[in-house]
Amino acid sequence: MKDVRDASFVAQSSNGQLVRRPLSPHLGIYRLQLSMVLSGAYRMSGLACSLGTLLLVWWLVAAASGPKAFATVQYWVGNPIGLLVLFGWTLALVYHTVAGLRHLAWDAGYGFSKPVFNRNGIIIVVATVVLTLIIYGIGLSLWAGGASAATGG
Amino acid sequence: MAGNDNLQIQVMRSQLGRVRGLGAAKSGVEHWWVERVTSIALLPLTIWFVVAVLMHLGAPQAVVAHWAGRTVNTVLLLALVMLTFYHMQLGLQVVIDDYVNDAKSHLATSLANKGAALILALFAIVAILRMAFKAPAA
Repeated sequence: MKDVRDASFVAQSSNGQLVRRPLSPHLGIYRLQLSMVLSGAYRMSGLACSLGTLLLVWWLVAAASGPKAFATVQYWVGNPIGLLVLFGWTLALVYHTVAGLRHLAWDAGYGFSKPVFNRNGIIIVVATVVLTLIIYGIGLSLWAGGASAATGG
Repeated sequence: MAGNDNLQIQVMRSQLGRVRGLGAAKSGVEHWWVERVTSIALLPLTIWFVVAVLMHLGAPQAVVAHWAGRTVNTVLLLALVMLTFYHMQLGLQVVIDDYVNDAKSHLATSLANKGAALILALFAIVAILRMAFKAPAA
């Protein structure tokens, strides 16, 4: 072993023998639990939100460019594909926000006992679904209303 | 994981010498802390933005540009995009640190992450400022 970084993962046992420091067990060793699914979903939602920022930038640049560019964005966002992307982005953003609040509570030192995080784990799932549907529902109805108003119907 | 048989270290440095310089505890929490600070700031900003977008669905470009050009909205939009891309870059860096182990690829993806976040943020900022300076002051 000649790599300095590798060598820092080697320690001496009490009888002087060199031993590799133990690494924490990985996914394969655990039974599937809600908390680990939510943890993975938190990271996934962060990645999805990162992709969603492309849409945000496109929207802002188009709004600054003029009516034609903005109409293009509205056309794509109003498409079934666009609506699906928008739903996914809403879902990711809501989950990342709600689960992020739980992370902030953990950072402040609250909610570390198993019964508590198993219970509020279910709560954040329900809250995510409900809030996403509310936001998306309001969005769809306002959009349909706005579109019919714009065409005079 | 490889076993402990025939484990040999050919590095001529002590245990302490090997870990020295790998990172100081003093600045170790910086990344973690800034990620939290930006998340707290983004909470009200994101809610404001989602509500604002909902209220402008289907609105023509002129209306959206005028809205973005109002001083209050310009300031909040700028805060939103700057913090969003800063927070995003911090979060993606953690993912890169976790999954990209090879030193060269790690450097390349880290730089790409920071570069992409910067460029995207600048695109958004310039767009917001264009709307701000085009619209009549209100």
